[in-house]
Amino acid sequence: MGMSANLVPNQSSTGTGEDNLITNLTDQTFTDGTKQGYVLVDFWAEWCAPCRAIAPIVHELAEKYKGKLKVAKLDIDSNPLTQSSYGVMSIPLCILFKDGQPIDSLLGAKPKQFFDQLLQKNIPELAA
Amino acid sequence: MNRKLIIIGSGPAGLTAAIYAARADLKPLVIAGVTWGGQLMNTTEIENFPGFIEGIQGPDLMNNMMEQAKRFGAEIVFENATQVIKKEKSTVVKTYENEYEADSVILATGASPKLLGIPGEDKFYGRGISTCATCDAAFYKEKVVAVVGGGDSAMEDATFLTRFASKVYLLHRREEFRASPIMVNRALSNSKIEVLYNTQVEEVQGDTKVNGLRIINNKTNTESILVIDGLFLAIGHIPVTDYLEKQIDLTEEGYIKSTDGVHTSMEGIFVAGDVEDYKYRQAITASGAGCRAALEAQKWLETLEDK
Repeated sequence: MGMSANLVPNQSSTGTGEDNLITNLTDQTFTDGTKQGYVLVDFWAEWCAPCRAIAPIVHELAEKYKGKLKVAKLDIDSNPLTQSSYGVMSIPLCILFKDGQPIDSLLGAKPKQFFDQLLQKNIPELAA
Repeated sequence: MNRKLIIIGSGPAGLTAAIYAARADLKPLVIAGVTWGGQLMNTTEIENFPGFIEGIQGPDLMNNMMEQAKRFGAEIVFENATQVIKKEKSTVVKTYENEYEADSVILATGASPKLLGIPGEDKFYGRGISTCATCDAAFYKEKVVAVVGGGDSAMEDATFLTRFASKVYLLHRREEFRASPIMVNRALSNSKIEVLYNTQVEEVQGDTKVNGLRIINNKTNTESILVIDGLFLAIGHIPVTDYLEKQIDLTEEGYIKSTDGVHTSMEGIFVAGDVEDYKYRQAITASGAGCRAALEAQKWLETLEDK
């Protein structure tokens, strides 16, 4: 499935800037980057092994729902303001925003199906 | 022809079984889970796994086992098993995404962290309550946290948390720790750790996140509020068997029943590691169990061919 390289614990798979499907948000760009439409934000950190486990899933979601959903990441280590303003105390945490407001979230490394359910439940256009 | 062997789980038990089975040319499929590697992925230094003089990081050890299993041809899928159905001549394992079938199966799904089952726990899980100190400790820089538990994991978590937190309360409901002396001494000699013995947590309190615990001293029956920013649970694990049908016998405590630590109540389905072992629960005993299960599965598959 080509996932194994991303799951090697010692390697960074969630590097910055190389992925044009996924936006890397920062404290400075967060408000602007989430203010319109549906945005799924993956809160992650370099040292978080389960975050690396879901990185390929988040990438798949970005491909699958391209044009209907914006997928973004936020490195909590370099962006403490956003982390604390959403009360993020455990990662991996994916928060779904609608027009700037958090409407639902998924905590922990869960199977892909759970992410699909989260999105289909909240985004009418995606409902099967 | 069917696949010969499916291994469910990718901790030390599952991956050791995979290494042995792959070397025996059984071409095992490992259903590793989304978060693969088991409990050691959430630890730091492993000091008691033989062969590593200076110790090894838990995730490094698991990564090595994974690469070793792959080198001998084990096939790995990062999916979660949802169902195991024993058929007449084979066993079907379903995941959220796929369905696999094999002559034999090794169940090595380990155990997941136990929760307290007290008011406030559900509400604040992930908002100040964590079962993984190495995952979440960094959120508590210069903050006050509590660790609940009395075993090695509680000692390790408390000691690890002092790298970030300004103060760590270690809460234990008994008068003595059951952790190994070396781990207890390390925690007790750390000036940031304060131990509260005979202490039970009754409720987790907070607004949008945790701000305190209602605790009770079970000797004096005095109740108090402990002001904290985070709570880490290290009160043990429960075996993961929710994907199993009633075909497989469990013990009253929910472990997979086995008379010899290898065979289950169903022929052709074997068990290894913490999902069966309520007693030792070590990485090395899980590895040993994985080895035994692979050898027994191999033997059983050979008798199948003779028929």
